[in-house]
Amino acid sequence: MTRSDSIKAGMGNGGWMLEAENIHKHFGPLHVLKGITMRIAKGEVVVVVGPSGGGKSTFLRTLNMLEKPDRGFVKIDGVLMGYEHVNGRTVELSDARVSLQRRFFGMVFQQFNLFSHLTALENITVAPIKALKIGRTDAIAEARRLLSLVGLSEKENAYPDQLSGGQQQRIAIARALALKPKVMLFDEPTSALDPEMVSEVLKVMLDLSKAGMTMVVVTHEIGFARLAADRAVLIDAGVIVEEGLPETFFSAPKQERTRQFLNKVLDFHGSSLL
Amino acid sequence: MWDWGAFLHYLHNGYLLKGAGVTLALSLACLAIGLVCGTIAALMRMSAKPYLNKPAAFYIWLMRGTPVLVQLIIIYTGLPQLGIRFNVIESCLLGLGLNEGAYLAEIIRAGILSVAKGQFDAARSVGMTHAMTMRIIVLPQAMRVIIPPLGNTFNSLLKTTSLASVISMEELLRRTEVLIQVQFKVLEIFIVAALYYLVMTTIWGFIQKRLEAHFSRSHAPAAARGASPAPNGARAEIEQVLLSHDAQ
Repeated sequence: MTRSDSIKAGMGNGGWMLEAENIHKHFGPLHVLKGITMRIAKGEVVVVVGPSGGGKSTFLRTLNMLEKPDRGFVKIDGVLMGYEHVNGRTVELSDARVSLQRRFFGMVFQQFNLFSHLTALENITVAPIKALKIGRTDAIAEARRLLSLVGLSEKENAYPDQLSGGQQQRIAIARALALKPKVMLFDEPTSALDPEMVSEVLKVMLDLSKAGMTMVVVTHEIGFARLAADRAVLIDAGVIVEEGLPETFFSAPKQERTRQFLNKVLDFHGSSLL
Repeated sequence: MWDWGAFLHYLHNGYLLKGAGVTLALSLACLAIGLVCGTIAALMRMSAKPYLNKPAAFYIWLMRGTPVLVQLIIIYTGLPQLGIRFNVIESCLLGLGLNEGAYLAEIIRAGILSVAKGQFDAARSVGMTHAMTMRIIVLPQAMRVIIPPLGNTFNSLLKTTSLASVISMEELLRRTEVLIQVQFKVLEIFIVAALYYLVMTTIWGFIQKRLEAHFSRSHAPAAARGASPAPNGARAEIEQVLLSHDAQ
């Protein structure tokens, strides 16, 4: 059974892993997201591209309620994010309960955002211990396993400031995985990296996708998208302009806006992608 | 004439030493009160909700806008007129503690503003509540920025407690004055008192250095790499707060 077959099988059996329905978001007078709907199957890897300011990052942040959508809803594995139904009415969840729901998502940021006062190991264990109340011994054992998974076992006592960008981002991925998320969100994970460090991070992400992790990746790494993505999506001006299989999306896009955007990105990245 | 004998005699005078002990205890108690009030006021001040940030701004404005001596006299001498009575110690803790809190509120707020926004995002993304984010992630990082000016205010506080002598708190200055009224060795006894203050602020200076090193340990070697400087807006705000404090 191929990867896409197993994804289709997953859709048939248990519905969608992630559903975002008609997501709207305003920042003051700006209408940043104008009704984005996206359904993602278990194990699927979706790559999101698009010009900056087009709403990609904001969309990602509405999925785990870092930004609350003004309209629309998000469901993860059938669970509604941020709200519950009580006696036929929809009520907002408390901060404590939304925070617990966020663990369904692992999030990796462009600027890594490792906790700068904690060591690599503490960065990974702090949330399991404090937020999920997992025992310290178990949390440390799991953190060591994740550190070896991202190839940084020898760095467990290093502070973020003592690590390279690529190493920090791999620790950040391990930190996100420590919560055993159902879906991983990547917000331009390699954009702030020196060129020679991009591949070590992409390799970890590729391993994750092969292991069956459901992923939404905002990136301009077209090479990674061709290799790992099951679907590519272009978001611009707050709407989905086009989506499709990576093979056709990148080589024969249907929309003029997609074509223009891809030309710019490919020009910029030049021959490194060929 | 300077009397060496008297000077050396009063240098280890139990009555004065006890006064210094009261000064130290009063300073520490006011620092504790100030830290609690200051943290709460800073968090309220940064809230977007007017019913939280308005009262905090009012408290800080009121306390920083009036002399602490006037506050002490109002609390101890003025309020009984309204039937509200505090004894000397309560008045000192209230006046000096609330005053300290107002200054610390601005220092703590500057410290929190110095923490990169991404740290909040990351903490929230791994399932921490707002309160946990503040306690476990933000405040420990803010300490690096908070400790130096906090050390300065505690140094000031050690000396500001001398104002409490005006409402007859038996601290170092008050006891010095009492002693002088019986012994008439004005210069000798005042110099001894000054030395006591100097010893206390000097020891605090050493403690402050250790604290600064402790809270900067994660930033020690690679600081020159310019890992993540505070955003310009935050930095300007920090500087403004620190300047306004120096002008106290």
